[in-house]
Amino acid sequence: MSRPEDNLPPDLFYNEKEARQYTTSSRIRNIQADMTHRALELLDLQEPSFILDIGCGSGLSGEILSGVEEDEGGPHTWVGMDISSSMLAQALERDVEGDMLLADIGQGVPFRAGSFDAAISISAIQWLCNAETSDVSPEGRLKRFFDGLYASLKRGGKAVCQFYPKNAQQRSLISNAAIKAGFGAGILEDDPETKSVKVYLVLSVGGGDVTGAVSGMENVDVMDARRKERKRGKEFEKKGSKAWIMRKKSQMEAKGKVVKTSSKYTGRRRKTAF
Amino acid sequence: MKLLTLNFLTCARKTCKSNAAAFPLHPKEAELEQVETDMNPLFIKNILPRLDWEAMKTLTTELGLPNLPAETPSDEELATDGEPSQTAKDLHTLLMETSIQSGKLVCGNCEHEYAVKEGIANFLLPSHMV
Ligand SMILES: C[S@@+](CC[C@H](N)C(=O)[O-])C[C@H]1O[C@@H](n2cnc3c(N)ncnc32)[C@H](O)[C@@H]1O
Ligand SMILES: [Zn+2]
Repeated sequence: MSRPEDNLPPDLFYNEKEARQYTTSSRIRNIQADMTHRALELLDLQEPSFILDIGCGSGLSGEILSGVEEDEGGPHTWVGMDISSSMLAQALERDVEGDMLLADIGQGVPFRAGSFDAAISISAIQWLCNAETSDVSPEGRLKRFFDGLYASLKRGGKAVCQFYPKNAQQRSLISNAAIKAGFGAGILEDDPETKSVKVYLVLSVGGGDVTGAVSGMENVDVMDARRKERKRGKEFEKKGSKAWIMRKKSQMEAKGKVVKTSSKYTGRRRKTAF
Repeated sequence: MKLLTLNFLTCARKTCKSNAAAFPLHPKEAELEQVETDMNPLFIKNILPRLDWEAMKTLTTELGLPNLPAETPSDEELATDGEPSQTAKDLHTLLMETSIQSGKLVCGNCEHEYAVKEGIANFLLPSHMV
């Protein structure tokens, strides 16, 4: 199946017609709502929070954040960023509660340090891999985005980004960019090895433990090698351990080598708690 | 764009990131809108310590809104007898119900102007400015 990401930049793909069709399709609304609920579950927010919605589109993800009940720690207040004015126009028409910016996340995240309790991104960040002009590269845009996101979150803050990687390279391109920005990172897969597989990149800013967020879950690949390494020093990093493998892999990737993508089987498997 | 959001928004240019003059952005020719919303006392309590009160005072002065108290209200001032206090209600009105509907936001460092239309600020930068 051809991916829209391969053919057009996002602001052109999500034109008026596509934005309307996307937003009014009940099939899409259900899928986006389910994934947003899943992201919220992973964020595990205990109180009404200030959340950045990255690639907020017409607000299908955001309205779930506004709708979280009081006894479930909500409702949350969100700010969205999106590059498509047609998607934002749909959001205005639907009178969503969040504030929105017309902005390209590949240019950075224009908020002061420590602004947000958390961030979500539903079905958007794979678009960052499709920049090919003389002055921008996917690597450069991913770096801008993750560096900016990292700074905009408060310490202990978390981000959950559901995305559709084109292939294994793209998946590691994106997760490595997050790790380089300083995040503790894990990848969770729902319905792995099926056509409807959903990939969630779970990120935490120092203090919040990503292994806590995803421990006890199936199909989780914890990749916060960099943080462990720094904390404990290399001598504690056993050769052949997951952390060791991940470090070797990123070293090799940094040198431009193609390495086998990490899977839930990389290094060791986490036991599930239930 | 709510005043809440304006209290966190900075200039998007890289060269402005670490410059104190790039925050807060200064409203220009701003048209304000007041929309009633449900009060969320726990959110106000959560966000209060994160507000930059000096920036809040600058924004209200520049928008011609009533003067704010000199210091950030304290946590205890948010409730009286378990009910949201007048202070909490005022904060709710200021942060959550007051928004810029149209106008410009100007960076105090590079003087770039971000246009606001229908409450949405345009932060797209031409590539030479990124
Ligand atoms: C599939 S839609 C998802 C929208 C919303 N999160 C939802 O769940 O319905 C993907 C969105 O990402 C946005 N997007 C893609 N690339 C972007 C970029 N570089 N900066 C900001 N938004 C972007 C698109 O404009 C589009 O609205
Ligand atoms: Zn500036």
